[in-house]
Amino acid sequence: MKGYMTIDNIPVEIHDERNILELIRKIGIELPTFCYYSELSIHGACRMCLVENEKGGLEAACSEPPRVGHKVWTNTARLRKYRKNILELLLSNHNRDCTVCNKSGECRLQDLALKFGIKNIRYLNTAYTPEPDESSASVSIDRSKCILCGDCIRVCNEIQNVGAIDFAFRGSQMKVATAFGVPMASSPCVGCGQCAAVCPTGAISVKNSLEAVWSDLLDKNTDVTVQIAPAVRVAIGKRMGFEEGQNALGLIVAALKRMGFVKVFDTTLGADMTVEEESKEFLKFVEKTHSLPLFTSCCPAWINYAEKRYPELMGNISTCKSPMQMFGALVKQYYKNNGKRHVHVAVMPCTAKKYEAVRPEFTCDGVPIVDHVLSTQELIRMIEQSGYQFNKLEPEAVDNPFGIVTGAGVIFGVSGGVTEAVLRTLTEDSSNATLLQTAMAGERGMEGLKELQVEYKGKTLSIAVVSGLGNVGRLLEDILSGKKVFDFVEVMACPGGCVCGAGQPYVPLSVKEIRGKGLYAIDKLMSYKRSSDNPLIEDIFSGILKGREHELLHVSYDSQEESTE
Amino acid sequence: MENVVNMDFLEEIVSYFKRSPSSIIAMLQEIQEKYRYLPKEIFPFLSKSTGLSEARIYSLATFYENFSLEPKGKNIIKVCDGTACHVRKSLPILERLKAKLKLEPGAVTTKDLAFTVEVVACLGACGLSPVITLNGKAYPAMTPDKATELLESLIEVKGE
Amino acid sequence: MLRSRQELKDLREKCQRSAQDEVRKILVCSGTGCVASGAEEVYDQFKAVLERLKIPCSVKFIEDGHGVGLKRSGCQALCEKGVLVRVEPEGYLYTKVKSSDCEVIVTETVQQGRHVERLAYKDHDGAVCKRTQEIPFFKRQMRLVLENCGNIDAESILEYLAAGGYKSFEKAIYDMSSQEIIKEIADSKLRGRGGGGFPTGYKWQQVYRQKLFPKYIVCNGDEGDPGAFMDCSIMEGDPHRMLEGMLIAGRAVGASDGYIYVRAEYPLAVRRLKKAIADLEEYGLSGENILGSDFSFRFHLNRGAGAFVCGEGSALTASIEGKRGFPRVKPPRTVEHGLFDKPTVLNNVETFANVAVIIDKGSEFYKSIGTESSPGTKAFSITGNIENTGLIEVPLGMTLKEVIYDVGGGMKGGKKFKAVQIGGPSGACLTEEHFDLPLDFDSLAKAGAMIGSGGLVVADEDTCMVELARFFMNFTQRESCGKCIPCREGTKRMLLILERIVSGNGRATDIDNLLDLAITIKETALCGLGKTAPSPVLSTIKNFEEEYQAHIVDRQCPAHSCEKLKKYYIEPELCKGCSKCAKLCPTNAISGKAKEIYSIDPIICTRCGVCVSSCKFVAIKEAW
Repeated sequence: MKGYMTIDNIPVEIHDERNILELIRKIGIELPTFCYYSELSIHGACRMCLVENEKGGLEAACSEPPRVGHKVWTNTARLRKYRKNILELLLSNHNRDCTVCNKSGECRLQDLALKFGIKNIRYLNTAYTPEPDESSASVSIDRSKCILCGDCIRVCNEIQNVGAIDFAFRGSQMKVATAFGVPMASSPCVGCGQCAAVCPTGAISVKNSLEAVWSDLLDKNTDVTVQIAPAVRVAIGKRMGFEEGQNALGLIVAALKRMGFVKVFDTTLGADMTVEEESKEFLKFVEKTHSLPLFTSCCPAWINYAEKRYPELMGNISTCKSPMQMFGALVKQYYKNNGKRHVHVAVMPCTAKKYEAVRPEFTCDGVPIVDHVLSTQELIRMIEQSGYQFNKLEPEAVDNPFGIVTGAGVIFGVSGGVTEAVLRTLTEDSSNATLLQTAMAGERGMEGLKELQVEYKGKTLSIAVVSGLGNVGRLLEDILSGKKVFDFVEVMACPGGCVCGAGQPYVPLSVKEIRGKGLYAIDKLMSYKRSSDNPLIEDIFSGILKGREHELLHVSYDSQEESTE
Repeated sequence: MENVVNMDFLEEIVSYFKRSPSSIIAMLQEIQEKYRYLPKEIFPFLSKSTGLSEARIYSLATFYENFSLEPKGKNIIKVCDGTACHVRKSLPILERLKAKLKLEPGAVTTKDLAFTVEVVACLGACGLSPVITLNGKAYPAMTPDKATELLESLIEVKGE
Repeated sequence: MLRSRQELKDLREKCQRSAQDEVRKILVCSGTGCVASGAEEVYDQFKAVLERLKIPCSVKFIEDGHGVGLKRSGCQALCEKGVLVRVEPEGYLYTKVKSSDCEVIVTETVQQGRHVERLAYKDHDGAVCKRTQEIPFFKRQMRLVLENCGNIDAESILEYLAAGGYKSFEKAIYDMSSQEIIKEIADSKLRGRGGGGFPTGYKWQQVYRQKLFPKYIVCNGDEGDPGAFMDCSIMEGDPHRMLEGMLIAGRAVGASDGYIYVRAEYPLAVRRLKKAIADLEEYGLSGENILGSDFSFRFHLNRGAGAFVCGEGSALTASIEGKRGFPRVKPPRTVEHGLFDKPTVLNNVETFANVAVIIDKGSEFYKSIGTESSPGTKAFSITGNIENTGLIEVPLGMTLKEVIYDVGGGMKGGKKFKAVQIGGPSGACLTEEHFDLPLDFDSLAKAGAMIGSGGLVVADEDTCMVELARFFMNFTQRESCGKCIPCREGTKRMLLILERIVSGNGRATDIDNLLDLAITIKETALCGLGKTAPSPVLSTIKNFEEEYQAHIVDRQCPAHSCEKLKKYYIEPELCKGCSKCAKLCPTNAISGKAKEIYSIDPIICTRCGVCVSSCKFVAIKEAW
């Protein structure tokens, strides 16, 4: 503690808050902002967080460091007036088709306009309404709803280092744009969707597949099955009235079954299959001499990033399909001769999965392996639309014959999970002591880059666990320049891994960590910790997949250069 | 007029500025000086050389008024509309030039790429207002009629 | 390459001797204005004439010295009368000099010391002013910063040395400690000339105290105010004085690099600065271990790329860093985290140009000029409807009336004074009631105005204040960077309302809405430029609300200036019914029967004026 400052006449202890805004929010005051995220650099442009000081001066709470003895007020007559005026100015230049907007109900501008009682806009509506950019499979861009807070740009550049978008032009002509305004699909965008996650309005939103899913689901001649990714179960609770990080899988299964999904499965089994295949590949890989490491392949945004930025590394990425695609292939085989039209849906924490699902590489007999991908947020909306009260449902188990999963598969949803799962398989030992040792090797935690060394059969394996594409880019430069040498690199495009995916409800990084802990808690309660201990694995590999592992579980990506030509 | 971007020239520019991202504006200025605009083809090269995204370079090219993404005319006329020139009626000169060159509303360059007409905020020659510059040379105390004469003299020279 | 203090002193003495050896000097003004009027041609012609007459002429100083010195000087401030030529030591000033006049100047004045009256400046009453100082425009001025400007060859470091140049820098590295330099500047009470008037010494002290290295000196030469060109004149006319100020600042705070950011529209300033910087390197006055001392300093020149907002400190440093010129929120302040996130002294051109005088003559001398809280002089550019337009330098604290009447020579064409807009798009307007207001930082602040860039636009009775407000708002709106909401969206709304008013479509609520927007922007915008963007509107509403009302309520422009409020009508007594106007009217606004009286429909009429010039009977009249 460093001393006290006064906020709205209340003395508040200063610890190590970076700015007054953090302190204000800490004591439970919802000071409005459009452009502040603790993970991003301070932009200071929305001017909604202005507070009044003792001298009657106004200061932006987001950039002012707390000072001992300083006094501010957050809600004076002047501030109220200016905040209303700023909202009015934004609305006078904004598409006001709120009721049909993707983000209706979750839009900060709409919310604040309502809270501040903006009833009358004195100025002519000058919003221009260009055609939305629907070229990306992951996100929709509607500039008529953009308030130019720049959050998307900062996340795309500072956190993800993708640099697909930036401000273009200036003043009242300013807009968020790709270079030369090309469609998102032709830009360096990798579909990670982090821009949509931070967008306060409907300007960037995750593509919506709800209507397509409903339509198949309610078609009597179609059997619809669904798989649920590990990270989804710990992120849905908060919005549905539970604690963040609480495992809600049973309730999700119950809700989906009632809606009419014939079978509800757990993607975790796909993760177990991935661990098995990837471990085999890795063992073969370390036998050979290699200067570059083997990279994991589960994350589709990472695949896109490598294709666009580092095509020369494509040969070092594991040929394993992602768990979603492995599991999808299995399900499609299972339903192949069922006689009825079969549609398979995946509920994912991810926006890039929507693109992965439509890639030509992931088809089986000419049809997509996964027909629709729903984000966690869409799942929540779907449950709301169905009318089932989530907290009144009785939890149900996932369906057979794919009902057994392991803890190793579950922790795929958090950065370090894939590495830990592979290590568990490699150690060939399920004792508590060994598991604990593996867990402590250094792969856990929310840091962007974790480096660890593991002894394996007399060899020292160097492993990197990296998440957030900004960190990925820096690591790759070090690897390519020879500054760093690894045998195995686990890559997740979103900082913290899938629990922090852009398809999940947005929460700050500190809360995302709770989701990760939720997955580790599930792992603790599992009967099987190692993927190879999963009795289903043996059945599947010697049964339905026999002789077809390569065809059904592996993939080769065409080089991006050819596909863009 | 050069149609194709000369890669040796680009290489020379980026090495002169040590590929430093902080020198990107100076690089763009050099390139614009040579081509009189920023050809689209330079963007991937500059992006690779400096590590800045193409979107970032596009962002700079559209933020600063001096950069043009469209080819500029062979003759560049700048009409000053600073305070001193404005109060001494610089806008009628602009209107005359646009009319004479048959520039459509919003267009700054003639279709044959012979002329570009731009408005600038102040050329620092307020004592001679209203001022226009033609290819960097200042013409003081202009009137719409003098502007017409100036244009006609250029077109004649061209015709010879 | 100079390696020691002695070598510098020796060179300076040599230059001074050479200067004395010149029997006569011809100073051809080569400021932007005179170059536009043909100064280069005049210069070449002088050279040719001198050669033809076999008069030894020194173009380059020293090397081929003696006889007549032919120089390209900085701006001599009477741009309208260009090309200006002055002959020393007589100090005869010639105006509107053409190439054909060179011969007579050489044969009469240079060879025989006789004055050529035909080319002399004549004042308001037709009286001949032989010398610059005799011109009323200059009588009340005080040239401190612009001392050398117009008196030496702007492209020669040797001439600057001959004029005592780099003496202060020499003193600063050999005779003074950092603290002593800063104390001298602080004691002089020098205040930033870029607008806010922040105490320069205090700023330097703050940077001196920072422990983070390297530190930077940044010179703001992005003079964006449309209608101000003081900094331009210094950079073009006496670049070394500014560079010397930067070197002293670098020595004082422990900085190793100086960045100069010059507006793209000043190509001549860029060229002269490039030359000056190259000369400094050549003579060893910049680079490593300057003059054998432990002080090293390098100059970097950045050209702006066309953005007014880059005149704002943090936007300027962002631009040097290769980014969009977005101002950033403060804290952290520039003195702590400025250019490249390092401690930075950021001052404008004129501020740096004041430094050498203070170090040379001391803070006591400096404080004897100007007022108690605003010592020194200030350069202003006076434009608009005033007799003498141009660049002036006066002691701070001169009253508005003195500036307009004694220096500016009063209103042009005997028109009635209405207002003066001070500080450009960030400034406010002052009226007759402010005539006795001393022009210094604090008095202006009290009157709700600011010196800002130092641009003075004088408006007479024919100037529409609503239109003037619209002009500035149009400028700020076009130049808004777009980062913060109040400025980006607010200035657009204000401009739309003002455009509506000057075109006769104002609404009763417009003034209230303008005021509401103005206060919101003033209090909430992110940067200084945004916060001051509404000033022209606020002050014109305060002082001339009745003009706004006339536009809005009566649809009239009292100054008879807003074209769209002009109406044409046909004088019934004069119309012969010839129908010519009706046939020519492009919008068919004129109707009537042949041989009867025609009439104009004011709603359809676009006021193109075709009918006026077509009427042989002068029957079509303007009404306001």
